[in-house]
Amino acid sequence: MTGLPTPGATRLGLVIDLDICVGCHACAVNCKEWNTGGTAGPLTDLMPYDAMPDGVWFNRVHSYEVGDGAAGRTVHFPRSCLHCDNAECVTVCPTGASLKRAEDGIVLVNEDICIGCKLCSWACPYGAREFDEDVGVMRKCTLCVDRIYDEARPEAERVPACVSTCPASARFFGDLGDPASDVSRMVEARGGMALMPELDYRPTNRYLPPRPRGGGCSSHLNSPALEPAVPEGTGFLGWLDRLLSA
Amino acid sequence: MHPALSVIVFTVASGIGYGMLMLLAILLPTAAAPADRLFGAVALGLALAAIGGGLLSSTAHLGRPERAWRAFSQWRSSWLSREGILAVLSLLAIAALALVWPILAAPAPCIDATVILAGLLSAATVGATAMIYRSLKPIARWHNGWTVPCYLALALASGSLWLAWAGAATGEADVMPRSLAPCLVLVAAAVKAFYWRHTDRMQPVSSIGTATGLGGFGQVRPLDPPHTAENYVMKEMGFRIARKHAAKLRRIAGGLGVVAPLLLMLAGWMVPALDGPTILLAAPVATIGVLVERWLFFAEAKHLAMLYYRADVA
Repeated sequence: MTGLPTPGATRLGLVIDLDICVGCHACAVNCKEWNTGGTAGPLTDLMPYDAMPDGVWFNRVHSYEVGDGAAGRTVHFPRSCLHCDNAECVTVCPTGASLKRAEDGIVLVNEDICIGCKLCSWACPYGAREFDEDVGVMRKCTLCVDRIYDEARPEAERVPACVSTCPASARFFGDLGDPASDVSRMVEARGGMALMPELDYRPTNRYLPPRPRGGGCSSHLNSPALEPAVPEGTGFLGWLDRLLSA
Repeated sequence: MHPALSVIVFTVASGIGYGMLMLLAILLPTAAAPADRLFGAVALGLALAAIGGGLLSSTAHLGRPERAWRAFSQWRSSWLSREGILAVLSLLAIAALALVWPILAAPAPCIDATVILAGLLSAATVGATAMIYRSLKPIARWHNGWTVPCYLALALASGSLWLAWAGAATGEADVMPRSLAPCLVLVAAAVKAFYWRHTDRMQPVSSIGTATGLGGFGQVRPLDPPHTAENYVMKEMGFRIARKHAAKLRRIAGGLGVVAPLLLMLAGWMVPALDGPTILLAAPVATIGVLVERWLFFAEAKHLAMLYYRADVA
């Protein structure tokens, strides 16, 4: 049923720390690896060894330049499904294949009944859904629903593949519906951001903004050691400078 | 947005068929159109071919067309599902009209009741088609109050031209008041002009700053893309055409869809000998114009997801 459930108490999602992410793409690669073999797989690759390889990935890492001059910085930005409370990718679905689970808020595609009309991808402003041309259905992040509830795994491993693999610990998984959870406290403390809040899709996932810059070496543009050398006009170097300037 | 030929053909062809039925629902009961059986057979045959062909074309857009029947289930929330149900109901009503009018020549009240039902369902179907686009928040060119009027006005205008075509083809000169088709074409042109005026002047509500949440730290510029080749999102949502082509194509759409049929109808009105041939020519020429207009409807639409790739394109 493509009606949206009343948001439950549990809202599973990701918190991504943009201050820590180093843009290594390990989360995207491990996501692809896990999901091409998991219940969502295989994830199609089209012409993978060609000049223009194409294929389905649930997670994509962009890199941006933000700000100018001394305040400028590079921010790496992993982008995947945000598991919105007001998920219009679900309500536009004509078949009921696109669904949001009441018990944990995860947005999924039932690939057995999806007709591949692509309307859900048009309804998502975050570009989180990708069409699988091979199978003819829509694919998306499952929040590794086949990992996080797998009781055969040690409890510490019951997290999405992207979270388990992040070498910088920039990704966190938890219940954003519980204000006392680690992820909720992190969002509270760091001012976690929702993407495009003006559209009212009410995403579950949050992004922690880069931390404010301190002094010291945080900006090389202000470092005295890198100021242009001013010849003193004395000694051997001063003599050499005058000689070469002549 | 990528202009998929299957969807362009579907919206234009079904618009013609449903537009013809919307007009017949007014013209037949008021005796403005003849109840002639040959005219009925040609008009309804045209409408059924346009709608049926359009619906078949639309399934070519699906990844799994054999599952298309599943799209009838989610009418509570999905405009696409509502459109599917309404499209089938109106096809059934038009088939019933073909039975009672050209085939059985049933009494007038029976024909009138059936054509009014078919006309109402047709109007609802065109409205549902437009609402699919109107309801998509990430696409500002579609998510505005002019989308639904555009679809209805263009369906009525192209429907009137093809109804006149059916009249000319069967020797029924007076299938509708002479001024009706030119008026509907002018109304459609005005509505589409307001659509373009409105959508050209819209101020974007989202930016790369709100899309990444980083706007507060300064200007956000894409540095490295996530992948080296284009992915589905870029191919589907990132379709771009040069602005100069858009302006030229709008003039082509206006010339073929509005000016040409108006001049042809004027020529037929001034030179009675040309009346039939000009009407037979006006409808197909205008339809090419509407196809160009529909191509632009998709090609000019920008999707917010492209903000993540190029700040200036959404």
